[in-house]
Amino acid sequence: MPSFVIAEKCDGCKGQDKTACQYICPNDLLRLNDEKTKAFNQETDQCWECYSCVKICPQQAIEIRAYADIVPMGGKIIPLRGTDSIMWTVQFRNGNIKRFKFPIRTTPEGSIKPYEGKPEPTEADIKTPNLFTEIGKTLPVPAK
Amino acid sequence: MSVQTQDTSHFCKDPQIQEVKTDLLIIGGGMAACGAAYEARKWAPANMKITLVDKAAMERSGAVAQGLSAINTYLSENTPEDYVKMVSNDLMGIVRDDLIYDVGRHVDDTVHKFEEWGLPIWKDHSTEGVPLEKGGKPVRTGKWQIMINGESYKTIVAEAAKASLGMDNIYERVFIVKLILDEKEENRIAGAIGFSTRENKIYIFRANAVIMACGGAVNIFRPRQSTAEGMGRAWYPIWNAGSTYTMAAQVGAELTMMENRFVPARFKDGAGPVGAWFLLFKAKAMNALGEDYSVRNKDLLQAYLPYGNSKVTPTCLRNHQQLKEMREGRGPIYMDTPTAMKNLFESYGNDKKKCKELESEAWEDFLDMCVGQAGFWAGMNIAPEETRSELVPTEPYLLGSHSGCCGIWVSGPEDIAPAEWQWGYNRMTTVKGLFTAGDGVGASGHKFSSGSHVEGRIAAKNAVRFALDNKDFVSTITKDSKELANEIYLPFINYENNKGYSTDPDVNPHYIKPKMLMFRLNKLMDEYGGGCGTNYVTNKHMLETAFSLLDMLKEDAQKMAAKDLHELLRCWENYHRIWTAEIHLRHIYFREESRYPGFYYRADYDLIDDANWKCFVNSRYDAKANQWSVFKKAHKDLIPK
Repeated sequence: MPSFVIAEKCDGCKGQDKTACQYICPNDLLRLNDEKTKAFNQETDQCWECYSCVKICPQQAIEIRAYADIVPMGGKIIPLRGTDSIMWTVQFRNGNIKRFKFPIRTTPEGSIKPYEGKPEPTEADIKTPNLFTEIGKTLPVPAK
Repeated sequence: MSVQTQDTSHFCKDPQIQEVKTDLLIIGGGMAACGAAYEARKWAPANMKITLVDKAAMERSGAVAQGLSAINTYLSENTPEDYVKMVSNDLMGIVRDDLIYDVGRHVDDTVHKFEEWGLPIWKDHSTEGVPLEKGGKPVRTGKWQIMINGESYKTIVAEAAKASLGMDNIYERVFIVKLILDEKEENRIAGAIGFSTRENKIYIFRANAVIMACGGAVNIFRPRQSTAEGMGRAWYPIWNAGSTYTMAAQVGAELTMMENRFVPARFKDGAGPVGAWFLLFKAKAMNALGEDYSVRNKDLLQAYLPYGNSKVTPTCLRNHQQLKEMREGRGPIYMDTPTAMKNLFESYGNDKKKCKELESEAWEDFLDMCVGQAGFWAGMNIAPEETRSELVPTEPYLLGSHSGCCGIWVSGPEDIAPAEWQWGYNRMTTVKGLFTAGDGVGASGHKFSSGSHVEGRIAAKNAVRFALDNKDFVSTITKDSKELANEIYLPFINYENNKGYSTDPDVNPHYIKPKMLMFRLNKLMDEYGGGCGTNYVTNKHMLETAFSLLDMLKEDAQKMAAKDLHELLRCWENYHRIWTAEIHLRHIYFREESRYPGFYYRADYDLIDDANWKCFVNSRYDAKANQWSVFKKAHKDLIPK
């Protein structure tokens, strides 16, 4: 199911600080064509269908077309990812549609303060097997 | 098939070479590396520099990039002893109890952090809204797994890691391709070298300690589902190229259990997860005649005692039972989703709201972690309550964090490991100052996402301790940086020197493109190394054929050509894949038994031989002599089984 870019919708992220799909693709597939200022998937048979590019595209210009060598035509999955939930539209080959909505996180994006309210380890603690959030805790060991 | 050629080429030469001095270098950006970042920064003094390098963007890199629908390791009421017993049995008795126990005793803490950071975890209705740490009861699927709304699992965990280190200390889109040993001190890590996949730039990182956690290996064997467009739909993340094992081996680190592999039996063509269907929805797998083949083939397990007699049949032996059905013509194999859903609907008294919830949960299982399988169902008009779905075992993958245990031999926890399994710092490899975690640590599978994260934390604490204990270390790397750059850019040089000879950039007798080289590797591994093409069967003669083909492949790999940075990335992934493949076969060749029936078979030693082979198989590459040694290492149980 390689991702593809809808020519009419893609604006090359001209107004953004980076080309979103190119930034996010874990397998380095999405690439901006500098002349056309539009993105494309440069190696479609290495697409894992992780939908990272689909989810991040500010123009909703990226979709996934099912692997042509495996899946009959016509089905489609469209995500719409918000800050706390994601909406999925599942469109079947026969035209049936299902919609699902799931939570994705319980805190605002960018709000994580990893060390707030956490114990401060001392130099002596580094010799223990405890992680810094486990200081003072007695860890189990296997019975001899 | 091929990389588009009509667009602007990003060809590079004469790269800028940037040297970065750091104290602790973290290579990788997945779960283990994120755990390492979180833990390391807290233990390190303010003046200790910590640098993380990821070949992708941390927000969506590693095996959890797409999300997950469950956390597979959360102990809660279970004991670390029980966890060790489960892992040991699933991996046919040869594991490091010390490492597994260690993950087990720490892992819940890391899961509690995920929840604190914002990961939604399903709760039993009696404790809705109560965090796990405060006594909230998770929704269990089986003994070890808990359900989550995990679409953003990785973005959350990455956000915490990035906030810990600060973006100034993180290099994204830099692919580390080699570790560097110190030139003065024997067997001592000194840094790593890599290249930017975005600009004409090579990086040399000098470090006091290094944590390398860059995943397992995919695209080693010919994919089961397709060799055309659909080959992208690997079960494990397709960008995992064996970098962890190869880079460790090349600097002489000892590896362990590299004969082990994982062959997941999953929904056919999409490799969608089966765990929730088996454990949450209580679905049964069956052959085409509607028979439960685990019952029909129960007797097969008797040949593999004591492992075959356990309450939960080891994963490889379940494959073994399934493969018999396929070989003997009773396929396709199905997951009977309609019966499972009907039973559940009935148990709810067909309450419409509850039935709807169940349907939604079934779809979420795919949409959270394997959207491709949902796409397959959509294209095939499959509604799980009406139509059963096929199951098939995939091609083999090499990994150390899921239901596999290949990896690097590491020092164990000081308060658990026997003397022969520890040499100073927990999770340090046999190379001084080089640590690993997640898929990198061998002989300790079933960590999954949470266990990998916590193992990264364990490794990081110890790496910081190592760096503090060795704070006067000054690395010695005198190799000419231009020479290093030329080694990395060799595929560019090959391309530039020969491209004029042919009018087709993909067909040229003077070089080979990375894609074709990968296909050659996939073909030889499939045909001779026990891929799905031979039903996972190999033998001494087939392996020897594979070695001879690998030798020529390695020679030709020196002629790989890249027309742009993307292809250079693929070339280097292939160098890593070839080494990992070779190590895998060397171990299979050495172990004269079939330890994992259903994952692979040595037809010439088609038995489990506990008397001679209840031991680790370890290996080490000696770079100076260009020689491999593969050898036995004694196994012992620390937890009675």
